[in-house]
Amino acid sequence: MPARRRSAAGLSGHRLAGPLFASPALLGLAIFLVAPFVLALVLSFYRVQLNSPRPARFVGFEQYTRLFTDPDLAAAFGQALLNNFTFALIVVPVQTVLALALAVLVNRKLRGMVIFRTFIFMPLVFPLALTAVIWRLIYSRGDQGLLNAILGLFSGGSYTGHDWLGDPSTALGSIIVMSIWQSVSFQMIIVLAALQSVPTELYEAASLDRANKWAQFLNVTVPGIRNTLIFVALITTIFSFRLFDQVYLLSRSGSVDRASTETVMTQIINTGFDNNNVGQAAAMTVIFMLIITVIAIIQRAAVRQRGGV
Amino acid sequence: MTISKSLKSGRRGGSMKRTRRWQTALHYLILTAVSLFFFLPVYYLIVGSFRPSAEVLSGISGFVPTNLSFDNYTGVFEHLSSEATGYFGQFAAVSIIVTTVVVAGSLVVNSMAAYSFARMQWRGKKVLFLLVIVLTIIPFEAVALPLYFMFSSQRDTVYIQAIPFIANAFSIFLFYTFFLDVPGEIEEAARLDGAGPFRTFFQVVVPITKPAFATVAILTFLAQWGSYLWPVLMVSDPTVRPLPLAISIFQNQQPPEWGQVLAFGTMFIVPVLAVFLIFQRWFVASISSSAVKG
Repeated sequence: MPARRRSAAGLSGHRLAGPLFASPALLGLAIFLVAPFVLALVLSFYRVQLNSPRPARFVGFEQYTRLFTDPDLAAAFGQALLNNFTFALIVVPVQTVLALALAVLVNRKLRGMVIFRTFIFMPLVFPLALTAVIWRLIYSRGDQGLLNAILGLFSGGSYTGHDWLGDPSTALGSIIVMSIWQSVSFQMIIVLAALQSVPTELYEAASLDRANKWAQFLNVTVPGIRNTLIFVALITTIFSFRLFDQVYLLSRSGSVDRASTETVMTQIINTGFDNNNVGQAAAMTVIFMLIITVIAIIQRAAVRQRGGV
Repeated sequence: MTISKSLKSGRRGGSMKRTRRWQTALHYLILTAVSLFFFLPVYYLIVGSFRPSAEVLSGISGFVPTNLSFDNYTGVFEHLSSEATGYFGQFAAVSIIVTTVVVAGSLVVNSMAAYSFARMQWRGKKVLFLLVIVLTIIPFEAVALPLYFMFSSQRDTVYIQAIPFIANAFSIFLFYTFFLDVPGEIEEAARLDGAGPFRTFFQVVVPITKPAFATVAILTFLAQWGSYLWPVLMVSDPTVRPLPLAISIFQNQQPPEWGQVLAFGTMFIVPVLAVFLIFQRWFVASISSSAVKG
C-alpha cells in the first residue's frame, strides 16, 4: 500500500502525461472514425445530397425499407449482397485450406526453400489496383489472352478462348482467383507462424504412438492451430465483405460483367458518390457495418469458446 | 543372426530412403508449380513492360522476352506530359509523401497512445482503451462515404489523403501488446534517474521495442501504398493523384498501349519489390505478429 502511494506520488508531477500521450491518436480516431460512423447512422435517416441547394429531409426508415422493397433498388442491392456472400462462401474455405496447404508445403527444411518462399510471398506487396490491371490482361478474351493461350496449348488447339471477366458465369470466379493470388500468402504466413508454435513434443509423442504423418496432421497439427484457422477464416470473411478495389477498377474499365460482380461496397460508392444519393448509400453502409459486426462477434465467440475448453 | 538383422534393417533403411527421396522430389515438383502460379504474373508484368505493346497480348509468346526495349518507359513519360494527364513523377511524389506522412505519423501517435494505455495510470483510461479495441473492427470502407461527405471541401489536396489514416486503432493495439512485455524495472530505473514520461518513453522504451515499430511501419506501408478507395472519392485533379488511382486511369487510355501500362505498373511495384526482397524476414515477421498478438 505505501509503495503504491509512493509511485502514485512519483507520477503526480506528470498527472497529465497519460491523457497527453493518448490524446493525438484518440483525437484522430474521434474525427476520422467515430464521427463519420455516427454520421452514417444519422444520414441514413435523411434524404440528402452533397452540394445540393435542397436541405436534407428527414425520412425515417424509408431508406432502409426502399433498399429491400423498392424494385429499382432491392434487386440490385440483393444481388450485391448475394455476390458478397457467394464470394465469401467460396473464398473462405478455399483460401483457408490453401493457406494451410501452402504453409505445410513451405514449412519443410529443404534446400532452396528460401527462394520458393520468396516467390510465394511476392504478391503480398502488390496493391490490388495493380493486381487487377495485370490479371485483366491475363484474362483477356480471345485466343491471344494469356490464360486462354495456356489452356489452348494444353488442349492441343481445340480450345477457342473464353471471355473470363465478361461472361457472367465466370466473372466472379475470375475475381476470386486474382484475389486469392494477391492475398493467400498473407493468411499463409499467419498459419505458418502457428504451425511452428505447435510444441514438437506433441509430434514426438504421436510418432511414439506409431501415428503416421497424416494421422499426426489431423490429430496434432490441426487441433494445435485451430484458433489460428478460425482467425484466418474470419478475417477472410471480413475481407470478402470489404471487396472493392479490384471490382471497381475492372467495372470502370468495362471489362467485367457488372451484375454478377457488383459488391455492397461498389454499390455504396456508386450510389453515394457517382449518383450523389448520400442518404441511400449511408443506409447501405449501416447494413454493411452490421454484417461486419456480426462476423467480428462470431470471431470473438469462436476463439473464446475454444480458450475456455 | 546379428548380421542378417542388420542387413534387413539396412535394406529397410534403403527403401525408406528411396521413398523419402521420391517424396522430396514430389515436394519440389509441387513447390515449383505453386511458385510458377505466384511468379508468372509478376514475370509477365516485368517482361511485358519491355516489349512492344502489340506483342503483350499475343498468346503464349507474351512470355517470351524478345524485342526488348525501353520504349514503353519513354512512352509513359511522353504520354503523361501535361497538366491534363498528370505526370508520372507527380503521381509517385504524391504516393511517397502521403505514405511517408502516414507511416511516420502513425508510428509516433499510435505508439504514444499505446504506451499511455499499457504503462500509465490515469482516469478514464480503461473505458477509452475498451473503445479503441471496439474500433478495431470498423474497416475504413464503413466510414469512407460519410468521411467524404464531411471533408468534400478538402478534395484534391495532398494532406486529406494522409491525415485520416494516421491514428489507427489496430496499430495502437499492436503497440500495446508489445509494450506490455517491457520489464517495469527499466522504466523505474529511468524514473529514478529523473527522466520524465517523455524521456522515459522516447529514450528508454522506444529503443528496446524496435520490432513493434518495424511491424507497424510495414503493415501501415502496405495498406497505404495501395490505398485506392479514398483517392477515388477525394481526388479528381491529376496533379495530386496517387499511383493506384493513376494506374487505374492510365490503363483505360484509348487506344490501349499495354506495354506502357505494364511499364507504369513495373515502376509502381519494383521499388517496393526491392525493399521487400531485402527485408523479407521483417515483412513475414510483422504479418505473423499481427495475428499472434491479435
